[in-house]
Amino acid sequence: MKWLLLAVIVGSTAFGEILQAIGMRRHGEIHDFRPNSLARTAAAVARSGYIVGAVAGMAVSFFAFMALLSIADLSFAGPATAASYVVETFLARVLLHERIDWRRWTGAALVAFGVAMLAQ
Amino acid sequence: MSGRDRTLLMKTRVFTAIVVVANVIGNLALSHGMRAVGSMVGRPPLAYIEAIFNPWVAFGVVFLTVWLAAHMMLLSWADLSYVLPVTAIGYVLIALGGRYFLHEEVSAGRWIGIAAIVAGVTLVSRTAPSAGRAREAERR
Repeated sequence: MKWLLLAVIVGSTAFGEILQAIGMRRHGEIHDFRPNSLARTAAAVARSGYIVGAVAGMAVSFFAFMALLSIADLSFAGPATAASYVVETFLARVLLHERIDWRRWTGAALVAFGVAMLAQ
Repeated sequence: MSGRDRTLLMKTRVFTAIVVVANVIGNLALSHGMRAVGSMVGRPPLAYIEAIFNPWVAFGVVFLTVWLAAHMMLLSWADLSYVLPVTAIGYVLIALGGRYFLHEEVSAGRWIGIAAIVAGVTLVSRTAPSAGRAREAERR
């Protein structure tokens, strides 16, 4: 059961974060952090299909994470998602066409390795 | 470094800090609350709504909402391949917090993990936050 929940978490998080990145990139860089402007940004972003999809993915991930925490410790739940760093970096390259140099690949691999080691 | 690059780096650092702190507080509170609520596996969907009324779970949800908003704002100018590894420093904070505040044992393997994450975050934070989009900008 833990592993099934884990697979759901990794899959839905990757789905949600990729859509979030696409949606926010389409919106463009946020410059103005005054409350009124942020409210307008929130309203614009909430109408984006990508962001609606992203929030749905994050919601699935959140409830699966809650279920996992109810049967396992955070020290299992957190680090077990280590693989998602490499998976999502790969997806960022393929789907978002991000230019990923050796520092980012090495960094993502080191982070995934480190997060997995913390599970011990 | 141009003024624009400096502004971008500055706001990237501020939002990364918000993302990390909100995530650490949110997850610790959620974890604490869910332990009190008990196993959710096999319970009806309504049980999740009930769980949210546990004060620790509610507190966690508030911080995770802040986390999501800050994370989305960060992604409006920074690459996903930058944001993901850099925000992993939160795991180090949780491990060190456990060591210094809860006096938990940190095994040799966990110290290696902490060192690897710090090295990875340092490496990625040396790349420009929106380097992956340089080509896109050139085309415009």
